[in-house]
Amino acid sequence: MAKQKLSAKQTRKTLATVLRYLRRYRLHIIASALLAAVSVGLTLYIPIVIGDAIDHIIDQGNVHFDAIVPLLLRVALCAGIIALSQWLMSTLNNKITFEVVRDTRSAAFRRIQKLPLSYLDTKPTGEIVSRVISDVDQFADGLLLGFTQLFTGVLTILGTLVFMLTLHPLITLVVVLLTPLSLFVARYIATHTHDMFKKQSETRGEQTAMIEEMIGNQKIVKAFSHEDEALRDFDEVNERLRKCSLKAIFYSSLVNPCTRFINSMVYAGVALTGALTVLSNPTAFTVGMLSCFLTYANQYTKPFNEISGVVTELQNALACADRIFDLIDQRAEVAEPDDALELVQANGTVALNNVHFAYVPTRPLIQGLTLDVAPGQRVAIVGPTGCGKTTLINLLMRFYDVNDGSICVDGTDIRAMTRHSLRRNYGMVLQETWLRSGTIRDNIVMGKPDATDEEVIAAARASHAHSFIRRLPNGYDTVIGEDGGSLSQGQKQLLCITRIMLCLPPMLILDEATSSIDTRTELKIQDAFARMMKGRTSFIVAHRLSTIRDADVILVMKDGNVIEQGKHDELLAQGGFYANLYNSQFDPA
Amino acid sequence: MRKLLRFLKPYTKETILGPLFKLLEASFELFVPLVVAQIIDVGIANGDKAVIYKNCLILVALGIIGLICAVTAQYFAARAAVGFASEVRHSLFSHIGKLSYSDLDRAGSSTMITRMTSDVNQVQSGVNLTLRLVLRSPFVVFGAMIMAFTVDPTSASVFAVTIPVLSVVVFGIMLVCLPLYKKVQERLDGITGSTRENLTGVRVIRAFCKEQDEVNTFEERNALLTTVQNRVGRISALLNPLSYALVNLAIVVLIYVGALQVDSGDISQGEVIALYNYMSQILVELIKLASLIITITKAIACGRRVQSLLEVEPTMDVPEEGENPPQPQGEVVRFDRVSMAYAGAGDVVLHDVSFSAARGEVIGVIGGTGSGKSTLVNLIPRFYDVSEGEVLVNGTPVKEWSAERLRERIGVVPQKAVLFRGTIRDNLRWGNENATEQEMYDALRIAQAEEIVRGKEGALDAPVEQNGRNFSGGQRQRLTIARALVRKPEILILDDSSSALDYATDAALRRALREMPDAPTVFIVSQRATSLQHADRIIVLDDGEVAGIGKHDELLNSCETYREIYESQFRKESV
Repeated sequence: MAKQKLSAKQTRKTLATVLRYLRRYRLHIIASALLAAVSVGLTLYIPIVIGDAIDHIIDQGNVHFDAIVPLLLRVALCAGIIALSQWLMSTLNNKITFEVVRDTRSAAFRRIQKLPLSYLDTKPTGEIVSRVISDVDQFADGLLLGFTQLFTGVLTILGTLVFMLTLHPLITLVVVLLTPLSLFVARYIATHTHDMFKKQSETRGEQTAMIEEMIGNQKIVKAFSHEDEALRDFDEVNERLRKCSLKAIFYSSLVNPCTRFINSMVYAGVALTGALTVLSNPTAFTVGMLSCFLTYANQYTKPFNEISGVVTELQNALACADRIFDLIDQRAEVAEPDDALELVQANGTVALNNVHFAYVPTRPLIQGLTLDVAPGQRVAIVGPTGCGKTTLINLLMRFYDVNDGSICVDGTDIRAMTRHSLRRNYGMVLQETWLRSGTIRDNIVMGKPDATDEEVIAAARASHAHSFIRRLPNGYDTVIGEDGGSLSQGQKQLLCITRIMLCLPPMLILDEATSSIDTRTELKIQDAFARMMKGRTSFIVAHRLSTIRDADVILVMKDGNVIEQGKHDELLAQGGFYANLYNSQFDPA
Repeated sequence: MRKLLRFLKPYTKETILGPLFKLLEASFELFVPLVVAQIIDVGIANGDKAVIYKNCLILVALGIIGLICAVTAQYFAARAAVGFASEVRHSLFSHIGKLSYSDLDRAGSSTMITRMTSDVNQVQSGVNLTLRLVLRSPFVVFGAMIMAFTVDPTSASVFAVTIPVLSVVVFGIMLVCLPLYKKVQERLDGITGSTRENLTGVRVIRAFCKEQDEVNTFEERNALLTTVQNRVGRISALLNPLSYALVNLAIVVLIYVGALQVDSGDISQGEVIALYNYMSQILVELIKLASLIITITKAIACGRRVQSLLEVEPTMDVPEEGENPPQPQGEVVRFDRVSMAYAGAGDVVLHDVSFSAARGEVIGVIGGTGSGKSTLVNLIPRFYDVSEGEVLVNGTPVKEWSAERLRERIGVVPQKAVLFRGTIRDNLRWGNENATEQEMYDALRIAQAEEIVRGKEGALDAPVEQNGRNFSGGQRQRLTIARALVRKPEILILDDSSSALDYATDAALRRALREMPDAPTVFIVSQRATSLQHADRIIVLDDGEVAGIGKHDELLNSCETYREIYESQFRKESV
């Protein structure tokens, strides 16, 4: 996911939302902060106690065991408390992180169910998935772990400073002056390797595109014996990637040795000034204190190195948070009115009154479409690609709302009824088949979950799907993967038809429902279709004119408008657009 | 995974020098506590400032040498890792080039793409980290223990007890957590699947009013994920506190033992501090090691996947370079009692198919979905091997041809019209590396694609985007036909490739093909009876069996299947 910098205003807004999400966990957060303070404080205290203990080990026969033992017991006690509080803190933080992730994902998923299709149709699936999955992870990890690290880091730095100052201000100064150097070095390297990383990711992108193209179409590569040329081109990019990766990886990996080097300089500085101080004033500054200082010198620099990383992580987490909340805060579909009607069993009168519709306001598509369909009528919609056939279905199912005019079912504006009751009255089979991962049976009973086995098999027989289902390894209980897995397009379409055959709603929408089924099988299911459509208002979209000849009314659409309307024979007689379209199919070659 | 390591061979020098310099750096680090002990025991105890200065300079020197060693180590490690990854990618790419169609079907292209991209990247960072750190941490741990023994064997026994206990704790926790991490990943994949499925099926879900059910399923899976995350979280959260507590307990014991040793005059105060410092170093390294193990385990898992792709043996035996290719005679293609079943699919797709095609003949292949049409034409360029019988081209069995010689005389237009990134010219060159501009335009004209090219700015040099997405389906299809024609093939295979063309263009294409000088033998696979009506012969397939072979008129009379297909498309006219 590309990193993006947010404007200050956006950052504040996102932060406010994040805080709102965290409010439930405020007690957890306070407890976690207290535990962090306890563990940092005691961690810093231990070297002092050990230093004290060491001061009681002077030389042969000069060891004060009576003083050492209680000090060591104190160390053990502190270590125990630290371990306990660290564990509790991690457990608390985990709980907060995982639950925030869970809740955010649920919220995002619930929102997706309510988003208008105009949003979902325009956003690539992969992008929304990556928001729900990886952005949420990065946001929670980055933000919460980032805050913990930042918090303990700052506490450690402040605590060390205080402890060191009480021990010896001058040596503290050495540490304070030298340490920020490592920050500078880290920054310097980061900014200077930025370009190399950019180059690397560009080249990597170029290579990935090439891999997708060549490997994805390997069969064509082989058909043209193009393997050697492809490999040659690939090697060229591969070598460029090797070179720029090496640069990026090597230079960025310098951060660690360099900061460690500065740490060792700090260490040497403390050793020198410390040793000299002990010499000049052995009673005020003891060897034990020196040992303690050396430990601090190591501890003090570590959070500095971490914090510079934390800042980028936090920025990144905020950018992710922003993308998620953008999804969660998207406007939902127009709410149903409180007194929305439940359409129980439609008789099937459909009326479109002066309907206007456009996906993009600047490009009007359907303008002033009026249509009256009597119950049980069969309406066929034909026309060239992009003429608005599928749009009409989107409007009938209320996937989109009309911009102007109205659509009425049984005399009631569909916006005055609940979406669910409207959609339950339609049976829809689309050209783009969609099956869920699950068993064949799960897929068939979508519209009628309580169907008996007999009903399911009867529906499958009607749609001529039974014979191929029976031949699958586990028949109706065969599990198919995401989007139908190994089934052919035609078999998937048969299953989608079976779904409708099972629940038989009062109105039907068939959008190229048999486009992938070969014409012979199609012919066989035509009868079943005909029986199903009897008494049901149906809307049929098809390329194959043969499948729609028997319609009660044929709508010929072009550029969003109905340009011809009538029965097959009437339209042929008119010699207009439909007649042209029909004749072109039998144009002798 | 081990077999993958052979790709490190060209980088043997780097692979050895990287860790070596890292170890050097670590050993210099191990001297630091000793130097500090000198400062305390000699410098401070004797009030000798010169010793203090000298030893502090040694600390600085150790720092500088450490820096140089570390930078060298990073360089070699990066070189080896990056070079390794680049070798692996090269081998993968060339290996995939050697796989047969059945191998490709089995591997699946999206899997192969992931192996070559994100998996290789993971392995690269794994190698890099391993070279840099894996030796370092155990080295420091054991080095610290050995140094402790040189300081004082009695006190060092504390180390000998602590290190095994710590290792048991660290590795024990890792062992428990690793399978749980895998489970977390599986459940995460589950909810990713749910989300994707929901987005692609949004219309169906809403049409069936399944929104609430979907939410329930999702939340159930989501909760399952959180449960296992919490479980693994609670266990892995033990790692740091436990090792911290253990090391500090060890320090307590160490100082007590040290105190006893000082009391009896065996060691000095400075040496106690040195022992204490060694113990602290161990703690830091162990924690680093633990996080490292997680990264490396991931890399190993990815490495295994990459390896398994490399281990896919090409299943087709292709002669390197055949004898001089025989000249086309009367009979160009011959199928001799051919049966074919896809590997692992069980049932035969083609059963006992025999026919032959002469020079310049146009052969139509028709049948329902899954009747074996594409399979039949895919056998001619030997994309798949037959299970029984034999396919001959120019009188020679395809198994005796070298792939290159065989395929250079066949022009294939696949069902899916794919163009590649580059220019139109680049794409046409796929057909024939040395085609002249004239030859390209000839091919374009026959393919009814001339006006597409003329209409584009830059004509033949007009850019083509990835997968040719800046062209419409029909345009792509015509360009892929031109691509196949550029090589002036003896055999042209159109695998349902005019489905995106309208009837008029389809007809013009077929007319132009027939009028070509040196007209190739053409195989046209189609579902549309109109496209085949004028073929010299039509092969009618029904469930993998030949239901009839002959001209349109003959078949209408003699072949039941053909008549059914035809009538399903021309119901009214036929009566």
